[in-house]
Amino acid sequence: MCSGRVDLEFVLRAFSNGMDGVFIGGCRLNECNYTTQGNYYALSMALLCKKIMEHIGLNPERLRIEFMSSADGILFAEIVNDFRKKVQELGPLGKGEGIEENELESKLQEVTKLVPYIKLTKREKLALHLDNIEEYNKLYTSDEIEELFREVVSYYIDPAKCQACMICLRRCPAEAIVGGKNLIHVIDQDKCIKCGTCFEACPPRFGAVTKISGEPVPPPIPEEERTIVRKAKKTNS
Amino acid sequence: MVEADRHTNIEILTYTEVESVEGEAGDFRVTLTKKPRYIIEDKCTGCTTCVEYCPALVPDPYNQELSTNKAVHIYFSLAVPLITYIDENCLYLQEKKCRICEAVCENEAIDFTQAPEKIEVKVGAIILSPGFEIFDPGARSLYGYGSMQNVITSLDFERLLSSTGPYEGEIRRPSDEKHPKKIAWIQCVGSRRVTPGDNSYCSAVCCTYTQKQVILAKEHDADIEATIFHNDIRSYGKDFELYYQRAEELPGVRFIRSYVSVGKEIPETKNVTVRYSTADDGVKEEEFELVVLSVGLNPPADAVSLAEKFGIELESHGFCKTNPVNPIETSRPGIFVSGAFQGPTDIPESVFSASGAGSQCGELLDYRRGKLVKETKYPPEKDVSEEEPRVGVFVCHCGANIGRVVDVPSVVEYAMTLPNVVHAQEQLFSCTTNSAKEIIDTIREKELNRVIIAACSPRTLEPLFQDTLREAGINQYLLEMANIREHNSWVHSKEKEEATQKAKDLVRMSVARGAVLEPLREIELPVNKAALVIGGGIAGMTCALSIAGQGHEVYLLEKDKDLGGMARRIHYTLEGLDVQTYLRDLVRKVYQHPLIHVYTDAVITEATGYVGNFVTKVKSERGLAEIKHGAAVIAIGAQEYKPTEYFYGKDDRVMTLLELEERIAKGEEKLLNSQTLVMIQCVGCRNEDRNYCSRVCCSQAVKNALRLKETNPEMDIYILFRDMRTYGFSEDYYREASEREVKFIRYEPDSKPRVEPVEEGGRPVLRVAVTDPILGEELAVDADYLALAAAVVPPAENSEVSQLFKVSLGQDGFFKEAHVKLRPVEFPTEGVFLCGTAHYPKHIQEVINQAYGAASRVLTLLSQDTVTASGSICEVDEKRCMGCGACVSVCAYGAIEFRDTKQGKKAVVNPVICKGDGLCNSMCPTGAITLKHFTDEEIFRQIDAAVPEEEIAKRFDAAVGDV
Repeated sequence: MCSGRVDLEFVLRAFSNGMDGVFIGGCRLNECNYTTQGNYYALSMALLCKKIMEHIGLNPERLRIEFMSSADGILFAEIVNDFRKKVQELGPLGKGEGIEENELESKLQEVTKLVPYIKLTKREKLALHLDNIEEYNKLYTSDEIEELFREVVSYYIDPAKCQACMICLRRCPAEAIVGGKNLIHVIDQDKCIKCGTCFEACPPRFGAVTKISGEPVPPPIPEEERTIVRKAKKTNS
Repeated sequence: MVEADRHTNIEILTYTEVESVEGEAGDFRVTLTKKPRYIIEDKCTGCTTCVEYCPALVPDPYNQELSTNKAVHIYFSLAVPLITYIDENCLYLQEKKCRICEAVCENEAIDFTQAPEKIEVKVGAIILSPGFEIFDPGARSLYGYGSMQNVITSLDFERLLSSTGPYEGEIRRPSDEKHPKKIAWIQCVGSRRVTPGDNSYCSAVCCTYTQKQVILAKEHDADIEATIFHNDIRSYGKDFELYYQRAEELPGVRFIRSYVSVGKEIPETKNVTVRYSTADDGVKEEEFELVVLSVGLNPPADAVSLAEKFGIELESHGFCKTNPVNPIETSRPGIFVSGAFQGPTDIPESVFSASGAGSQCGELLDYRRGKLVKETKYPPEKDVSEEEPRVGVFVCHCGANIGRVVDVPSVVEYAMTLPNVVHAQEQLFSCTTNSAKEIIDTIREKELNRVIIAACSPRTLEPLFQDTLREAGINQYLLEMANIREHNSWVHSKEKEEATQKAKDLVRMSVARGAVLEPLREIELPVNKAALVIGGGIAGMTCALSIAGQGHEVYLLEKDKDLGGMARRIHYTLEGLDVQTYLRDLVRKVYQHPLIHVYTDAVITEATGYVGNFVTKVKSERGLAEIKHGAAVIAIGAQEYKPTEYFYGKDDRVMTLLELEERIAKGEEKLLNSQTLVMIQCVGCRNEDRNYCSRVCCSQAVKNALRLKETNPEMDIYILFRDMRTYGFSEDYYREASEREVKFIRYEPDSKPRVEPVEEGGRPVLRVAVTDPILGEELAVDADYLALAAAVVPPAENSEVSQLFKVSLGQDGFFKEAHVKLRPVEFPTEGVFLCGTAHYPKHIQEVINQAYGAASRVLTLLSQDTVTASGSICEVDEKRCMGCGACVSVCAYGAIEFRDTKQGKKAVVNPVICKGDGLCNSMCPTGAITLKHFTDEEIFRQIDAAVPEEEIAKRFDAAVGDV
């Protein structure tokens, strides 16, 4: 397992559990014993995570990533001591920042739920390997993260247009679409990971899936109204 | 080392000396003396309690006697076996006193009755790899070494830099243990000199190791001012030039080209003065706080007696004498040599010859292959997938290592309270054979289906405990280790209570993950026994012959009409080998070998498959062929740069060094009888376009200059160079050329020589003007001929071949090996290997070493019937894949491909290629890819368990209270 395996969700999970600080240790940059150089991905993820923390009001210094080799014991000890001091100064998670516990919890939950969306939207930057380490600090801007959360998209199936053809339902990787043959499809917004697969999959002639940004998603159509009565079939029968 | 130690077919005898060797190739009898270490190897666990109590404080030989150790000690932190020995400083051995170690050893591993033991072993072949000795500047008190405290050797400095060194990685100088801020390195100490006691050759490694030391010293302390006094900088190895530039560009680092002498020691400060001269300022004397002597490499101290015992010959410098066309062969059949005993050499070249020696033993002993293989038999594996987790926890005391800090019994008690735990116990040493048996018995009796070992780092012992699980009949992936030693007792020795709490936390986290671990299958794939070698030069042919010599079919592809490659244009070597005769002989052997199939005019049209099972389509003079093979070797060589400089191609008198050699070999009268010939080095490399050194050109220039002087001693030959890089024994020929009045003139890269065709007194000449950096004057030479040391450039087909076999190229365009030092003939892509100049420019002998090295790696693969792929690899849940490609972009191994399905594009992992780094898992937005053994769920469990339940409950109560 490589430091690049450290998932954004692992870090958020630790904070959700009330951890006051998270430390990620990776191999020295450019000294990968394999060819993967996965520590660069860990770095990119950590920087993104710091911006997200800033966005929800957490001090980004609660997350630290450092690169060292197994021979750097003294360096490791120094860094960990320094980090511990820092975290102590910052105080307990949330309290130090003056955020209510409940508020923090719901914010963290909200962000965690958006992890698939964040990974998808930022997948190119997350997979970057920049040679110039200085450039990493400019990789994610606060504005960019504000925008990311401001413009979170949702997908909605227009019941008037849905032909209940099962195409999007079969393709949905999160199994978030309910419905069936002749049953209008509805996206379960709790399960939806906002990947847009349904949007892509819905045949253009139907155009039933819409992308919504910055507005609330209309409530789902009541279950009893979901059955489609096919006119063509009726005349045939 | 650990790998060698764990290998069932390698028996390591340490602290053992060879007495005599009898017999012949295929049947040697070797008498050995095993010296008493006064420790029973099977009983010692390396806990080092005895070291702690031993009263005999002695200078530590491993740390260059800069720090102390005990009479009983482990030689160094990574020693194999990782156990102690008692040396001659022991009070009991000297005066029959003490025996404290015996009293404190809980395992009764000390045995003072041990005596030297004679052992006779029967072997078919012998490999000598005794390494080298460091040049000792103390013998003649060079540069104040021995008389001035702050003059040390580079090996002393190496120890200072090390975290296991005398000051735990802090750079302190001997006189006052202060951190020196001003350090000088003096190069070529003991090397490149013909004075008695010095070595005439270049030690080949010191320039680059000094640069490494400078870079590391600056990393330790950015304020250090480093000054390197050097002659030529010989950065001839792969990536060395870049490394040199990195060191040179650091702030506060000066490289000064000057001979030096050490002046005096300042009595108050113990600082040392160094006298040197520069072109601008003349002679200067400067004070340094520490002076490091970059000492060279000597033959092994016991080379002469070694040669006598083994009946082999030494060459004139005292290293092993080898066969000019097979540098791994000694003068006695069946005895091979690898590493620096061949001559001063760096790590990658040592690995070539070490691996290559393996292949030559294989050729010699192939008729007996497989007869002595030891295999471990395991009982059938129990299916536990339907069972509820039954976790067993074993908490190790590691003698006193853990037990003295952590309250082990309380950890055991705590473990019993954790969910799914049905058994918990302590063990004195979990790693001993007895303990392993205890674990096995407990697994069976209590029907454990998950095992947690709370002990040391999984780094060394995880494979051992995995084996223990297999021996108990359960899947080895059902093991989890909690590191309560390196991560706990060793770093918190003064905080016992906290350390005990941390041990409990770590065990709780391990139990949480352990309970959800899944048994995993390792896939076994059949191996096709044939090899494909791409490139029919010396590298390809040597490699093919060695593979075929061990009974495997080889398909050898050559893009030209004839075999031979670049060697067809080389006629002689510096050492005098007749290359064409050697080459003809090699080609003949290849064609005569029944197992080698040669395809000339060959072009690869398609390559598919993976380790053990490749399919390559080839178009050649034989028509179209589809070749199935288990391994592939890339040996496609390199090319000569076509210069655009110095009227090359416009004036017939200007040629490359290779063209010069061809014209000399043809005996071109006009050339041989000319008055003046100039050679210009570094044409087309060591510049912005090609930021590397072509390695071979300096020796080529010297070689051709000597050849010309032989036929026409009157000829004036000038070699215009930047650094003469005649490393190793080639230095002798450089000296010889100089003695024969070949004139060497250095030029700086920013004032390159200028060439102008002119007429001088009716004689048409090439006027070569160059500024001598020492004199600062411009010199002009009227030459009849001009030879350019044109760079060695990567082969034209490099990118094509790299894409076909999914291997990568380095910045310089040469093929990028798996690890520049440790795996120089392999690629990260399994089953694909590398040798020859496609890897980097190199001399013929180095090519031969590497070709045998690659053959050895191929054999390691092809001699197996199957290859095993790890169980901890990635897998795609097709339903959840949305085909976004985030995984594909981060997989360095090319293990993920898209497959079209009814539900769109879906990623598929090839389990044989996947290395289990899990980068794709972290990138996947939908959670479709899972790295087995490190799944999201397994890690979430561990993260969740990091917070004690009581605390969660507290938080929960608080939250409820708020409502």
